[in-house]
This record gives sequence, C-alpha cells and structure tokens, in this order.
Amino acid sequence: MPKNKVKAISVVFAAAFLCISVTSCSSVETEDSDDDETAEVQTLTIEDDDYYSRFRNDGISINVYNWGEYISDGSEEGTLNVNAEFTKLTGIKVNYTNYATNEELYAKLKGGGASYDIIIPSDYMISRMIKEGMIQKLDYDNIPNFKYITDIFVNPAYDPENEYTVPYTWGTVGIIYDTTLVDIPADEIDWDILWNEDYADRILMFDNPRDAFAIAELRLGYSMNTENPDQLEDCAKLLKEQKKVVQAYVMDEIFDKMGAGEALAAPYYAGDAITLMDEYEDLGFVIPKSGTNLFIDAMCIPIGAKQKEAAEMYINFMCEPDIAYATTTYIGYSTPNDAAYEMLDDEIKNDGISYLDNDYLNENTTIYCNLSDEANQKLQDLWTELKSTQDETKNKWLVPIFLLACVLTSIGILIRRYIKSKKDMF
Amino acid sequence: MKNKLVSAPYLVWMVVFILVPLVMVAYFAFTDNDGHFTLDYVSDVAQYTPIFIRSIWLALIATVICLVIAYPLAYILTGLKTESQSTMLMIVMLPMWMNFLLRTYAWMTLLGNNGLINSALGLLGLGPFKLLNTEGAVVLGMVYNYLPYMILPIYSVMVKIDKSILEAAADLGCNSRKTMLRVVFPLSMPGVFSGITMVFVPAISTFIISRMLGGGGNLLIGDLIEMQFLGNAYNMNLGAAISLVLMVIVLLIMSIMNQFSADEDGVVLM
Repeated sequence: MPKNKVKAISVVFAAAFLCISVTSCSSVETEDSDDDETAEVQTLTIEDDDYYSRFRNDGISINVYNWGEYISDGSEEGTLNVNAEFTKLTGIKVNYTNYATNEELYAKLKGGGASYDIIIPSDYMISRMIKEGMIQKLDYDNIPNFKYITDIFVNPAYDPENEYTVPYTWGTVGIIYDTTLVDIPADEIDWDILWNEDYADRILMFDNPRDAFAIAELRLGYSMNTENPDQLEDCAKLLKEQKKVVQAYVMDEIFDKMGAGEALAAPYYAGDAITLMDEYEDLGFVIPKSGTNLFIDAMCIPIGAKQKEAAEMYINFMCEPDIAYATTTYIGYSTPNDAAYEMLDDEIKNDGISYLDNDYLNENTTIYCNLSDEANQKLQDLWTELKSTQDETKNKWLVPIFLLACVLTSIGILIRRYIKSKKDMF
Repeated sequence: MKNKLVSAPYLVWMVVFILVPLVMVAYFAFTDNDGHFTLDYVSDVAQYTPIFIRSIWLALIATVICLVIAYPLAYILTGLKTESQSTMLMIVMLPMWMNFLLRTYAWMTLLGNNGLINSALGLLGLGPFKLLNTEGAVVLGMVYNYLPYMILPIYSVMVKIDKSILEAAADLGCNSRKTMLRVVFPLSMPGVFSGITMVFVPAISTFIISRMLGGGGNLLIGDLIEMQFLGNAYNMNLGAAISLVLMVIVLLIMSIMNQFSADEDGVVLM
C-alpha cells in the first residue's frame, strides 16, 4: 500500500551505490550470472491478440496514476516491464505517475486540474469515491479477463454489486518483530504485544488514524468500521495508554527502523514484510489469530477519464495471467488472480503470510469501509489529541490572550516612540 | 514608467502565486463546504492552543540557539583574511547543497538507539541514551537546517561595518569589550533581526522535521495543517483557518520585532 518518497529516495541512493560497486567489477561477474538468469526470463503470452489491436493506429495515450513502486517495471533482470509491454501490444502510450497515500490521490482528484484514466485506490477510499460520484461504472464486456478473479474478491464490501472496480492486489496487516529479542512463541503473538511494557520504547505504531484505531478496535472486539463515538473514545483511551511504550509513530520508516534493529515490534503490511524479511533474517512476521484488516487495492476509472475504452483495455491487460504474475512477484503483495496464483512457487503459496486459507479470510478479517463524515472527523480529532497530549495546560484562551498581548506591546512601543520623538523636538 | 515595466514580471508572479493563494486561504477559512460564511473553523482553532504554544516555544528555542552560535561565528569570520572568509562561507553553505529531506533523514540514523552517536558512547561504556523521537531532536533538526540563514545575514551586515568607526571608538577610549557592546553590536542589529526572521518563520511552520525526528508524538502546527489536507478527514476549511491564524501570529511577532529594531536604530543615532 504505502511506499513513499523517502523510501523511493533511499532506494535510488542504494541503487546508485550498487551501480558504482557493480560497474567497478562488472567485467568479471556479469558473465557467470548471465547463464543462471537466462532460464528465469519471463515471457508474455496473450491469447486474444485481436482484442488488443483495436486502437493500434489511433495514437492514443492513457494516464495511469498508481502507488509508488507498485508495478513491475523490468528493473530487475528477467522481469517484465508491464507498461512497455502494453504499449508494444496495443500501440497505446502509458503516462505513468505515482502517489504516496490514498488521501493524496483523493485531494488531487478533488482539487481538479488533473485528468487520469486509471487510478488504483484502496477499499475504503473506493467506497468514498463511489459515494461522492468520483469514479464511473466499468463495462465488464471489455474486461473478459475478469473471469480470473478469485471468488472471494468478487462483489467486495466496498463495491457490493461489483460495478466499478477490478481488484489489483490484496494483503493483510500483521506484526513484524525481532525473533532474537522477543521471547514469545510466534503462535502466541497477538496485538497486545504492541502494548507490552517489557518492550517499552522499542515499539513502533502506524502513523495514520485509520490503521492505528483498527488495531485498538481489534483488541477491544469492536468492528473495524465502527462509527460509534463511545467506542472510538474507548479506542483512543487504549491508544493513549500505548503511547507510553511507543517509540515513534511512523509509516514507511518502519522499514528502516526494523531493519536497523531500532525497534522490536511493529505492525506492518504483509507484502512489505516479506521484502523486509528477505533482507534481514532475524525478523519474523505473524498475522494475529484474533483477526486483522484485509486491504484490497483495485483499479478504477475516474469520472472525466478521456479514454475509457483504452483504460478498460489496460485493466484487462493487468488481469492477463502473465502480467498479474509479474506484478505479484515483483511487488510482493498477494494477487487476486487465480491463474497467476497457480503459476506461483509452492513456497510462496504456503508461506502463511501471502496467502491465507479462506476460512480465516472470511471469519477473521475485515475490509475497511468508508466512514461517515462525522466519524472521520471524530477519528481525526481523537488522533490529533492523542498525538499532541503532553499534560499541558489546555486553556483555550491562551492563544487569543497571547495575540492581544502582542498587539498591546506593539501599541505600547509605538506610543513610547511617539512620546520620545516629541521630547526630542524640544 | 520604465521602472514599472521592469518590475512587471515579478508583479505578475506575485499576484498569481502569492496574492491569489492568500486570498483563497482567507476565503476557505471563513466559509464552509457549501461556500456560506462561517466563523466555526476559525474558532475551532482555539482547541489546538497547546500545539501552537509548543510550536512557538520550540521555534523560539531554536532561534535563540542559532543566534548564540551564529553571532560569534559571524564576528570571527569578519576578522579573517578575505580568502579564508570565502572558504569558510562555502563551508557554512555546504550542507545547503544537499536536499533538506535527506539531511534530516541522516540525523535519524545518527541519533537512533543503534545509531553512530550511541554506538560511539557505547564504546566508552555509556548509554544508550534516548536521543531520537524527543523534543530535543526536533530543536536540533531546526538548528541544523536553519543555522546558515542566521549566519549569512549577520555576517553580511558585520562585514560592511567601517573599520574606521572601530578605530575611532578606540581613539576615544573604548576598550575592546566596550567597542563590541556599544559599537559593533548596535550596528549589527539589522542583520540579527533579519536572521531571526529567517530562522523563526520556517522553524515555526516546519512539519517534516518534527515527524522524522520527533517520532510523530510531538505534533507541531505544520503537522496539524498537513493532517487536515492529507489526513483522514480532508478538512480543507479547518486547514485554511489554522494556516490563517498561524500567519497572523507570525505577522504580529514580526511586526513587534521590527518596531524593536526601529527603536534600536533610534538609540544608535542618539
């Protein structure tokens, strides 16, 4: 879900360093590695070439607006560059741009001034956009590959009739922890580890109200979509208790901080956790038995899209088994595409993180829905309060009094100067 | 007439990118979603008083620290040979060649529990100390990032002080301490005031420093405004109202400062 600029920058830097170190000894190494890699180069097979050639000579281009680092771009050897393949196949140019959060996407669309043909928001943002009439219904006749979508992801809560969306990836939230320092067995780890005083000041927490409150709601047994103000207050109280043991409220910095051993435990998205665990062997990841949030990012076409049919062709292309496979293997998030799932290694299918059994998904996971404006505001207020409380005086007259004092001082100085200048005259 | 034509590009720039946005901020602050006039959002700002106070307080501390560090440095700089002066100035500005975000990110790795500073202290058998995610770290980030903006204006004013004035002071029997207090210090005041403005204003409205170094638990005004636009609630009107109040506060503080500086000038002239 969220991979933001900071991470992108650090990746660029890491890449730059890698380039430098690789080029210095490239002449020796490339020859060996080439032999191993060639076997793994992925090729693209398309069943229905006619479908994709409709716009071949029309010189069309589409604007795709997606999360950062959320598509296979061919930067790793042997992987497909999805957008380039699409252009090669259809003759349609792809203008590809990134955003970092659902809210950024929303603000951009709401503010107008930008026209996109494809956007890939998450569940709760989709239901908000449907409610506010910001995305349009799809013509599923143009998306034959929708047949590959796994049953449990058809007619999701955010789009009950499945008229607006085609799922792109999905995942769950779990707890990433340092196996060498946390002495609780993996199957006993639950959300309460994030409140554990033994690990005080070594716990990280999500820095957005929706995800943070969801964890508190899970602990209290409330729905993750509750709009009840009393329940939200209870959650805020629980989170305030947690603040004493929390080292920092962060999002993407979790990646660096867990990797560097700064913290012991943090909530995290499954797809990113797998990437992180590949790098650091000491880290473990559990999806708590008591339940978690299931998130789905789905492709939509916003109102005002200029190339709807070409956009639907792009959506269909993203559902091609080979492309969906390339996507899921590159970004690490789970695929809702049956045919792509079948292509995966057994190791990934059975890792207990990426793909969970349907009973657990049906019983213990909840998809976020859009909250009412009042509930959102309440959430935001409680969150602001949580993040700013430090037992300070809460007199709401302080700022007005301060302003008044400023004005008075200012007038006082003016008067003093006036009197002085009069004196000087004589 | 000719002068007016020359200033046209900047005038257009100012109207389109400064004046119009300011009017829009004021418009959104005083209207609700349907465009009706309301004072609700502006009065709602009062509930964020503690955050305002903390922002002003931290920005003040950072400004004072910057001043204490920058003033002697600027004074020493003016006493150096011309070539060494330009070298030293380049060193002062060197960090500004790198992106602000990356510089702040670097402090995260320096201050962490397993960071360079704590590892070094660990070798001496000390620590680890909690350095990151504290208010102190936020102030450090501000001082580090905005220090050049304090040094440069003070230096540029000091370097213009006529040496013959100092000689005259010595002739008339001032010792070096008195020269410093009665001559150099008053003459450098304009630089000090513009330095304070250039540090205080960005420091009070920063949001990325407090998020990266403050651990997200030390909310500042900048964070609060950002949350209204890119947070869960998307409350543009409240965001505009907070921005407006912040601008008024900064404006007031600055105007008082300017009056003080005008006052100082009067004293100097006497």
